[in-house]
Amino acid sequence: MRKRFEGAEHLVRLALVALLAVAAFLVLRHFLVPPDFGKYGHFRPASMDEIAARTPVFAGREACAACHDDVVTAKNKGPHANVGCEACHGPLGRHAQDFSSQKPVLPDTAKLCVVCHEADGAKPKSFPQVVSREHAGDVACGTCHNPHQPKL
Amino acid sequence: MDLTRRELLAKAGKFIILSGAALEAFESPTGALAADSKYRMADHYWAMTIDISKCIGCGNCVRACAAENDVPDGFFRTWIERYQVNPEDREHPHVESPSGGIHGFPPANAPDAKSFFVPKLCNHCAHSPCVQSCPVGATYESPDGVVLVDQQYCVGCGYCVQACPYGCRYLHPTKHVADKCTLCYHRITKGLTTACCEVCPTGARQLADLKNPRDPVHEFLRVNAVEVLKPEMATGAKVYYKDLDGSVR
Amino acid sequence: MVNLTPDVQGFMYPNEIQLTWSILIVLYPFITGLVAGAFILASLARVFRIATVQPIYRLALLTALAFLLVAPLPLQLHLGHPERSLEMYMTPHRTSAMAMFGFVYLWYLLVVLLLEIWLDYRRDIVLAARTHTGPMRRVYAILTLGSRDIGEKSLHVDDRVGWFITLLGIPSAFLLHGYVGFIFGSVKANPWWSTPLMPVVFLFSAMVSGIAAVLLVYRTVALLRREPVDMKCLDTVAKCLLYLFVVDFSLELLDLVHRMYEASESFRTLDFMVHTRLFLSQIVLQIILGTLVPIALLTLVQVVRLGELARRRIDTVAAALTLAGIFAMRWNVVIGGQLFSKSFLGYTTYKVAFAAREGLLPAIALLILPLLILWGLLKLLPPWAEQEA
Repeated sequence: MRKRFEGAEHLVRLALVALLAVAAFLVLRHFLVPPDFGKYGHFRPASMDEIAARTPVFAGREACAACHDDVVTAKNKGPHANVGCEACHGPLGRHAQDFSSQKPVLPDTAKLCVVCHEADGAKPKSFPQVVSREHAGDVACGTCHNPHQPKL
Repeated sequence: MDLTRRELLAKAGKFIILSGAALEAFESPTGALAADSKYRMADHYWAMTIDISKCIGCGNCVRACAAENDVPDGFFRTWIERYQVNPEDREHPHVESPSGGIHGFPPANAPDAKSFFVPKLCNHCAHSPCVQSCPVGATYESPDGVVLVDQQYCVGCGYCVQACPYGCRYLHPTKHVADKCTLCYHRITKGLTTACCEVCPTGARQLADLKNPRDPVHEFLRVNAVEVLKPEMATGAKVYYKDLDGSVR
Repeated sequence: MVNLTPDVQGFMYPNEIQLTWSILIVLYPFITGLVAGAFILASLARVFRIATVQPIYRLALLTALAFLLVAPLPLQLHLGHPERSLEMYMTPHRTSAMAMFGFVYLWYLLVVLLLEIWLDYRRDIVLAARTHTGPMRRVYAILTLGSRDIGEKSLHVDDRVGWFITLLGIPSAFLLHGYVGFIFGSVKANPWWSTPLMPVVFLFSAMVSGIAAVLLVYRTVALLRREPVDMKCLDTVAKCLLYLFVVDFSLELLDLVHRMYEASESFRTLDFMVHTRLFLSQIVLQIILGTLVPIALLTLVQVVRLGELARRRIDTVAAALTLAGIFAMRWNVVIGGQLFSKSFLGYTTYKVAFAAREGLLPAIALLILPLLILWGLLKLLPPWAEQEA
């Protein structure tokens, strides 16, 4: 045995150092990488739960009908049937959870409606749009139109 | 003083044991799914449909996404582009996206051009080049078809940002990790729709579940002229556009 | 609200306006490239037994090591979470070119470079451990790994194993820098990067830059030690530089001609970019000053009989211009690849910060650092001890 490694003893030492380093790395890896890494693919499965655990900011239109079904029913009869409540009223997730925790602010129809209905060449021709200055001058849209049943 | 073999081994051994003990303090999440969750990943395969003929460029989706997901200023998980294509010069469309369309668009009328809006977001590709490029496994496609970023694991190298052909990714300016549209994973796993679809006034954007036999997406794909962005890249993009003009990049 | 639009011409996807990869990512392929080139010179001496370059064998190895040690630093500075960088070794994603590169780098550093240097210097280390006093004695003692055998048999083993390692090192060096090229070349989303020629172009330009770097280091070291330059050696190095440069330039020309001829969708936008935003760095710095002029100078030296002084000076100027040109090439690839929109409808601009984490100042520091490390290595493992012993 000694004869085989004669003259190469330093290489044996080097190999031992290398093996030690690899062992140390494997120990480190064992502690740092979660055991189920790779279960569904090359990633940490807990990440999906972490992302899914976020609290929604928008409540979703079904949540509003629970308390405001009179408004929702009226809206659903008109052209705004498919417009979600929060599309105009903004995110109301906290209000839907506990209505006193977030007081909804009534949108200003002078600024809100033109976002969708101001005429623009790129909007589909079939979509109802007006040049607001010509259509109403300085008058706010809500003066004539009920946002939940906008047809006059 | 020379180092003997014994001394070397002793030093090495001490180092390993001490570092092992120190590392026990590191958190090691186990990855168990929430016990009370009724959501089963195997029942869903998520996608999205966008009807160009319905989009009015109002910007509701961009604003809602920013509010729902704390999207940092100047970066976009979704955005809208307005195209003005001159029929005589289809290879040079005029395109703009002022702040991603977050405040809508200034009214414009190009009478000689064909104009339309194109909302864009992460395409949640089935053969995603960004997932392929991630060196550590921080970005991945979930079993239910959503491409996500593990922000606790991401090293922030930016390779995925370079690999995405659609420009939907960015490095978060304060978290210093990759960020992008999550298809509102935290909403769709609770039976809600995405924030952008929720507030879309015309229903141009619709969340789709390819594994649900009753989902309107099946009819949508069967009946309409449908295309994905950059089909030549073979990314398996799952955002399907109806009436997408060929000049769209 | 951040106002980003003034820097944009035409249309960019909103997330593309700010560049993701900075000057630090330009530095990284530049520095690793120097390693490959320096190593090729060393292998010419050891494997191909070209005796004329023997005088710079050890110098080339130490130069390679100094640069390889610094190579990961620009990456660490760029990473959003450098403390997580070990993840690339713990959970490497096998489909990612970047992940696999971590192992190529480690292989090259440990098994090729460090092992070869150790084997070549082992006799000197053992002698130094015997003759030095004070803290340096301890350093050399550790470097011996406890073995003091410098008998004929063990030195013979060192020589055989070292030769084998150098042989292995040649494809390893090719892999090291070809891989960096592949990291860019495999990105199908970017038409400026995506070409099968990218690894080959990177490799040859790496060899060119490394040889130029060793040439300059050799001249500087000789100057500082007040020793004459071995002209046979310098002439051989200059000849290698020329030949490899011609191959490198041909490859880059091939890429250009191919793009121009096929004129696919991306060509128009790339062509415009080269003529406007990249004009200074690509046409002037990379092509004219950094390639054509050095090739002309080096050809002059081959074709016309010139005196030693003239040859030394011309070779030095050519080497310096070469380094600038190859740096410009890395800049044009990395930064150029991000200046145009993937919609092919617009361009953005890149303003290098100065004293920021990814700014000019750290970049300059990272270019000086390898020279300081090399200086330390030359003190620790002097290449000329061989002659003195």
